[in-house]
Amino acid sequence: MSVNLTLLIVMGVLYACGIYLILERSLTRVLLGLMLLANATNLLILATGGYAGLAPLFSKSTDPHDYNDPLPQALILTSIVISFAVTAFMLGIIYRTWALARQDDIQDDAEDRRVAKTPSFDAEDDSVVPEETSEFPVTEVPAAAKEGATE
Amino acid sequence: MNIASLAPLAVVLPILGAALTFALNRNPRAQRVVSIGLLSLTLLLECWLLASVWTTGTASVTLGGWLPPFGVVMVVDQFSSLMLVVSSVVSLAVLVYATGQGMADGDSEAPVSIFHPTYLILVAGVSNAFLTGDLFNLYVGFEILLTASYVLMTLGGTGPRIRAGVTYVVVSVVSSVLFLIAIAMIYGATGTITMADLAVKLAGMDPGTRNLLHVMLLVAFGIKAAVFPLSFWLPDSYPTAPAPVTAVFAGLLTKVGVYAMVRTETLLFPGDTLNAPLMVVALLTMVVGILGAIAQSDIKRLLSFTLVSHIGYMVFGLAMSSVAGLAAAVFYVAHHITVQTSLFLVTGLIERRGGSSSMDRLGGLAKLSPLLALLFFIPAMNLAGIPPFSGFLGKLGLLQAGIALGTPLAITLVVGGVVTSLLTLLAVARVWNRAFWRKPEDAEYPDRVLKDTAGVGLLPRSMVGATAALVVFGVALTVFAGPLFHLANNSAEQMLDRTAYIHSVLGDNAHIPGTAAPSVQSGVQGSGK
Repeated sequence: MSVNLTLLIVMGVLYACGIYLILERSLTRVLLGLMLLANATNLLILATGGYAGLAPLFSKSTDPHDYNDPLPQALILTSIVISFAVTAFMLGIIYRTWALARQDDIQDDAEDRRVAKTPSFDAEDDSVVPEETSEFPVTEVPAAAKEGATE
Repeated sequence: MNIASLAPLAVVLPILGAALTFALNRNPRAQRVVSIGLLSLTLLLECWLLASVWTTGTASVTLGGWLPPFGVVMVVDQFSSLMLVVSSVVSLAVLVYATGQGMADGDSEAPVSIFHPTYLILVAGVSNAFLTGDLFNLYVGFEILLTASYVLMTLGGTGPRIRAGVTYVVVSVVSSVLFLIAIAMIYGATGTITMADLAVKLAGMDPGTRNLLHVMLLVAFGIKAAVFPLSFWLPDSYPTAPAPVTAVFAGLLTKVGVYAMVRTETLLFPGDTLNAPLMVVALLTMVVGILGAIAQSDIKRLLSFTLVSHIGYMVFGLAMSSVAGLAAAVFYVAHHITVQTSLFLVTGLIERRGGSSSMDRLGGLAKLSPLLALLFFIPAMNLAGIPPFSGFLGKLGLLQAGIALGTPLAITLVVGGVVTSLLTLLAVARVWNRAFWRKPEDAEYPDRVLKDTAGVGLLPRSMVGATAALVVFGVALTVFAGPLFHLANNSAEQMLDRTAYIHSVLGDNAHIPGTAAPSVQSGVQGSGK
């Protein structure tokens, strides 16, 4: 299988930039990173199709080895459509974040922060147990009745 | 005509329903009738499929008339049809619950006209992922269900949901990109993406390349299934979504990841090359997940952590790659989908009745609403694995398989499984003690509604009914555990054998590579070069 070196290098650069960008905390950069990753992957799929060839339209006079492999292109088409939809959705979310919080950063989970700050001592589980825990009123059992029960 | 050729309808009917409900977005009543009706029809069809596969064996359908190594196939075997039936039961119950909630609230809080179409698309994606026999179509199935889940996750567009949605979308997209890279590499290495054909062609490959492809697929599916080092997105994002949405995500989405892992391990890469790492991952998933659950004070977050933790049991069963282990894992998947979903639905009811899902604000619910207490208690004990419930039977099967395997690692996992089960009991008992058992006055910040005995009408009948139906279905899994275990055992045998699957797709003359031998043979070839 022969591959196009230029495409491979472009793919590598796209992956590197994409991974760098999704590690950022700014949402717009994360989105750009995801787009680069998706496009790098499309180039990778294109590379799996092998050498460039004729369009795969059947004619009797053409040698089967001269055709290009059409399947990777079908896969790329599908993945372009999917990443297009997801990008549009992400843009909507980012806009909404901006409208609600006036910032472009990924925010912390408040509940998670709260749980992380909780001390290991839990008042309900770890405090000293009081002497009387029963909810029922304690009634003194007469000693005579006790003895009677044991006999 | 073979009934299995109707299998694509399990995907087509929900999509048709989505189109219809979208067109009917001005008329909520018609939307409800269409979506519930079509989903019931799908469920009936899937029960029929399961019955037909049970009697006549694995069947496949080629779509669009392209023959298998080139076109897309759908394969119905015992495992996939069982998953279809269980997932449809769960999604139908959640749909009825969500409809009840929408009717009670007057559809005011969220744009519910969008809910029905999106929900049906989600169901279609799940069915597609279970049915497909083509790796790229599996990717498409994942994308269908994920895109629908993005919309459901951020329904209403409130601050916390958007915050949680961002993390969820980014993590899901990264896992999809990884999956796509794996598909591209597999196509580059073998020239095919039909799973049955791959099962034949991957066997003779250089072990280095083979392991690379194997690990890439497992990492991509591991993010979706939320196994330990890749699970941190889940408890962060699930709890903020509306109750029915969290319930259906918890039941179905991670299990689709588990399903894909099962197919990877049994059909595409059989043998035991990665069993030891998978077992370690399973142990860490169980223990770290449940320790996270114990620290939480919010019921939804606690349940999200138990969800992560119990994925570990399924990975454990899968990693043993024995019939007993895989059968127990299949049984456990069916049990866990039902129980986890019903617990999340009950939490939705608790939130409604008690005004909050935080344990600091709840108390005295057992007295306030005994029915709610019963509905929580049964699946909670089921999840913790108290005999006689199905959770106990599933765990027992896993532990027996682990002991039968007998390696030190497997025994460690058996111990870890027992500890996790006890810690799960501790976690749900904490919820029971604090939310249901103690007096409302004892709560740290008691909610006003807890003292309001007039609020009995707060729980709409259809929501309680749907939850109760799912709890009863969970109990039915216990009552009919015998036949179900038989089915799980058969499907595990079929999956490890692979003959039925490959023959149904590629025809009866297809060559079946030996299950254990090829890695050794190609290892010799590799070192010879």
